[in-house]
Amino acid sequence: MGYHQKPQYLSKTLEQDLLLPRVLVLRSPSVPSFFFSKSHLQAHFHLVDPLDSPEPTHSFLSRHAASVLALLCVASTRVSSETLSLLPSLKLVVASSAGLDHIDLGECRRRGITVTSAGQVFTEDVADFAVGLLIDVLRRVSASDGCVRARLWAEKRPFPLGVKLGGNRVGIVGLGRIGSEVAKRLIDFGCSIAYCSRKEKPSVPYPYYSTVSELATNSDVLILCCSLTKETHHIINKGVMEALGKEGVIINIGRGALIDEKELVKFLQQGQILGAGLDVYENEPHVSQELFAMENVVLAPHAAVYTLESFAALQELVVGNLKAFFSNKPLLTPAQLE
Amino acid sequence: MEHHQERSDHRSQDLPQVLVIKPPPVLTLFEDKFISSKFQLLKAWESTLPLDQFLTNYAGSVRAVLCSGASPITADIIRLLPSLQLVITASAGVNHIDLTECRRLGIAVTNAAGVFSDDGADAAVGLLIDVLRKVSAADRYVRNGLWPAKGDYALGSKLGGKRVGVVGLGGFGSAVAKRLEAFGCTVLYNSRTQKPSVPYPFYSTVLELAADSDSLIICCGLTAETRHMINREVLLVLGKQGVIVNIARGAIINEKEMVECLVRGEIGGAGLDVFENEPNVPEELFGLDNVVLSPHRVVFTPESFVAASELVVGNLEAFFSNKPLLSPVIYE
Repeated sequence: MGYHQKPQYLSKTLEQDLLLPRVLVLRSPSVPSFFFSKSHLQAHFHLVDPLDSPEPTHSFLSRHAASVLALLCVASTRVSSETLSLLPSLKLVVASSAGLDHIDLGECRRRGITVTSAGQVFTEDVADFAVGLLIDVLRRVSASDGCVRARLWAEKRPFPLGVKLGGNRVGIVGLGRIGSEVAKRLIDFGCSIAYCSRKEKPSVPYPYYSTVSELATNSDVLILCCSLTKETHHIINKGVMEALGKEGVIINIGRGALIDEKELVKFLQQGQILGAGLDVYENEPHVSQELFAMENVVLAPHAAVYTLESFAALQELVVGNLKAFFSNKPLLTPAQLE
Repeated sequence: MEHHQERSDHRSQDLPQVLVIKPPPVLTLFEDKFISSKFQLLKAWESTLPLDQFLTNYAGSVRAVLCSGASPITADIIRLLPSLQLVITASAGVNHIDLTECRRLGIAVTNAAGVFSDDGADAAVGLLIDVLRKVSAADRYVRNGLWPAKGDYALGSKLGGKRVGVVGLGGFGSAVAKRLEAFGCTVLYNSRTQKPSVPYPFYSTVLELAADSDSLIICCGLTAETRHMINREVLLVLGKQGVIVNIARGAIINEKEMVECLVRGEIGGAGLDVFENEPNVPEELFGLDNVVLSPHRVVFTPESFVAASELVVGNLEAFFSNKPLLSPVIYE
């Protein structure tokens, strides 16, 4: 009976709990708590959680997780080939973040393990945030807010004019779902869109460039919407930033390591690009200190997905994928493993 | 008194004079755009005389005045300008001009409505995103070193699905509505009169609009009717999660009551580019993280300022050539 009611751990008997499908939960203690809703999951599954035990994870998994079929990977907790080797029965990894770069997808494919993604639960919020960062950088919203709070407006300090949004050539790096939603929004602000991607997308109305450098040469703004892979590591480097030019703006809502952060800092310090809006960094939660003094930079703490609504949708999706798996129904959001 | 150019000498008989009491920001930043073969500027602010004496001595034959918020055109000023036929402002707003007196005396008024619509809409939506998604607050959090120290910042609120009430659906309000739709917001509006060709639900009062909205964006002008139109009653029905964005005029909102609502958590947040007594901002707002404060600047871009200056000059040149004005304010 407790199985179908609003989740309350104590209302289930031990017997009822043991009848539930077992799901291994892997979560690094440093990941944000928003991504994991214990009560939601315990209504449907028996959770096997190494953090509930004083044992080191490695031996815990060896002793308790050998027969586990499904793993919930919380946020960006790493699922390495080493971890997978301790889970011989594993058939499913349920991811709960927008990116999948922390999961050894190649090893999953080799072992015949299916991976489910977070689907579209975060897509719109990330796109909204990217646009918010861009408007903020161009119109100096956060910088001006700081000045007003420091009582500098009353001192009649002159404020520089912002930059117009319309007419900007926006280059989307990676035109997946997120990139497409960003493009759709910016069109209504009067921007023009071009993109680069692994492959050209024939059904898309925007001009395609086969390299980021060419895209940068023909853009005023670059918005990074692609996933982090070996190929895209430091894809925004000195050459690309030079091609983008002094009036250029970079918005990064992908992964910090898409940008050579040291090089970006130099370009900003020397006024070789106009500004940047960053949600991700190479060494989170540490942000290059030099950026703190810059008024033409907006800094966010990896929060592009952070809305109440998206996390509620995430919990439903995670539970939905697990339930589908255990009842042999089609998974809701299987990921392509290339 | 400088004599760097014949035209700048206000005693020259060659070109008709346009009085400027205090320079609007667009004149300060783009003065070269105001050089014309059809008029010269009579710069009252460069004189050491008290204003009324300057006007009495030098402005008797002035037919046109370029004004701004900092130099309102009151009935008293008009009385000192017996030849006045045209009042020009480089802003969209005309609340600093005594329109009743102008109409009574047959004085035409032109403004710069339209040139600020797109930039204003970008700014309004930018402020809404900022408040809902806590962009500036999170930026402060990172810069204060709190991310490594205290962990993740708080959750914000999704834009998509929000019901956004647009107060005033003129050029500016329409530009805002169009952008909101791209984010999946539902647009509702209130206006003096319903607009039949518009797809958004109409509410005949701001109170009804607020009751049915998650956020309000102020897109109307400041008039006797709209002064303090957004008051405690309206804010309370907007509710604890409600967000208000104002880049129109500060006095449309009863600022004291809004500040109380914000401090007490009776509304969810505010994005404000304008205030009742600029550049003074209520101190209580400095301590709030759910408020974004902007120094009456977020709308302006070089492009809109250049367009405004071209419109001002265009109106003046039309006036002095006896041609129809480009952007007359129609009295209602």
